Amino acid sequence: MTQNSLGDSVVQKAVQAQQQNNGVAASTTQTQPLWLLAEITYRCPLHCAFCYNPTDYDKHTQNELTTEQWIKTLREARKLGAIQLGISGGEPLLRDDIEEIVVEAHKLGYYSNLITSGVGLTEKRIQAFKDGGLDHIQLSMHDITEEINNFITNTRTFELKKKVAAMIKSHGYPMVLNVVIHRYNIGHMKEILEMAEALGADFVELANTQYYGWSLVNRNQLMPTKEQIEEAERITNEFRARTESKMKIFFVVPDYFADRPKKCMNGWGEVFMIVTANGDVLPCHSARVLPNMQFPNVKDDDLGWSWKDSPAFNKYRGDSWMKEPCRTCPEKEKDLGGCRCQAFLLSGDAEAADPVCALSPHHHLIEKAIEDAQNPQLQAQPIIFRNDKNSKKIIEGELEARVSEFHALP
Amino acid sequence: MENSIQSADIYALAPHHRFQWEEAQQSYVILFPEGMVKLHGGAGEVLKRVNGKASVGDIVTELKAAFPDADDIENDIIGMFDLAVGKQWLRKV
Repeated sequence: MTQNSLGDSVVQKAVQAQQQNNGVAASTTQTQPLWLLAEITYRCPLHCAFCYNPTDYDKHTQNELTTEQWIKTLREARKLGAIQLGISGGEPLLRDDIEEIVVEAHKLGYYSNLITSGVGLTEKRIQAFKDGGLDHIQLSMHDITEEINNFITNTRTFELKKKVAAMIKSHGYPMVLNVVIHRYNIGHMKEILEMAEALGADFVELANTQYYGWSLVNRNQLMPTKEQIEEAERITNEFRARTESKMKIFFVVPDYFADRPKKCMNGWGEVFMIVTANGDVLPCHSARVLPNMQFPNVKDDDLGWSWKDSPAFNKYRGDSWMKEPCRTCPEKEKDLGGCRCQAFLLSGDAEAADPVCALSPHHHLIEKAIEDAQNPQLQAQPIIFRNDKNSKKIIEGELEARVSEFHALP
Repeated sequence: MENSIQSADIYALAPHHRFQWEEAQQSYVILFPEGMVKLHGGAGEVLKRVNGKASVGDIVTELKAAFPDADDIENDIIGMFDLAVGKQWLRKV
């Protein structure tokens, strides 16, 4: 799945909706896992270089939860207050039990969202999803693989997306597209938006790459310049202003080019719970990079205990763990010090301020990353595509040179 | 706020939106793709009655009867409709 599809932006959307609904009681979070993201498999037919999935995912593809274990997890999470369900991956459609999971989710009262590349979506399956009560399908564009040219030049991939988009629409679903933006497609914003419009999209999320997992390993290959991002935003605004269509466009600004960090996951263990393919229970997508942490697993641990009482979920709740400059920062409630995983991956200190923050003593690491991404020699290194072979190589240390600057395997 | 909500207007929940009681929240909520809005008691009482059949006027009458002690309830209800239409939670039938 794409990293923004169910991540910060979505939590923000939900929270913004709560905050802005003046006249309606706006409740801040009450530490209930309102969002359950089921990363149901790490298997994927695509090999996107910007995937946020862990680079060592190959370790987790042999021990996936069974259908029964997923259903039990859905039931327990619902009791804890989970209401939005994301069914993601990898490519969730590689499992043949999504139909059963959808039916159970509907019975339990979840609003269920399937997050897919569309590869493997057939008329038969989408009909079963519709009948089973699936609420929403988000289709990703995966245009950095070899397919980028096909896609941009209106060929094979476009035909597939067009077919899937038509299928989604004909079953009465809104057409929601997620496009991850990086150096290879940022110059095509206008074409991407026109294509989204041609596909009949109702919503388009333009999600600038954030650097976790495979995208961190490929940071020098993927990161655009600040000028490119500004230009992309300008084109987006222009498109919004002149388009007659009702297509809504979200432009997710990349954190490396901001001077304050994002309020990652809307706070650690606040509203978001991820259950991974092998059953690990995480407060965010990449939490397993953090040191000295033991995450619960649905095979062994009660989900209520995992959320409320497990040491892992309590570790970064609130702000008592903060160091300076966050501890006394007047803005600390706004962003809660940013992302713990980014802090650790880049600085080696999980309690440090997110280096994205201009006030962080490690901010030079971000400036260097931006500079490195423009270094022709570094740019020329090959992209490490997300696939089983490369995951095995990374696990075995064969790609050491590409990950050695990070304090954990991304 | 314009006087856009008329007494004879009939509204229904917008497509892809769901209204339901949430036990864990002890409140009504509106669910939509990747989002949720929690409604306070009054707002929940209004939206509970929006069904694509009852007019705004019908709902006002019904709520006045159900909550005879509430002052100026009509303005609150119209305000709630205004907000819900503005947020695209509702569509006009």
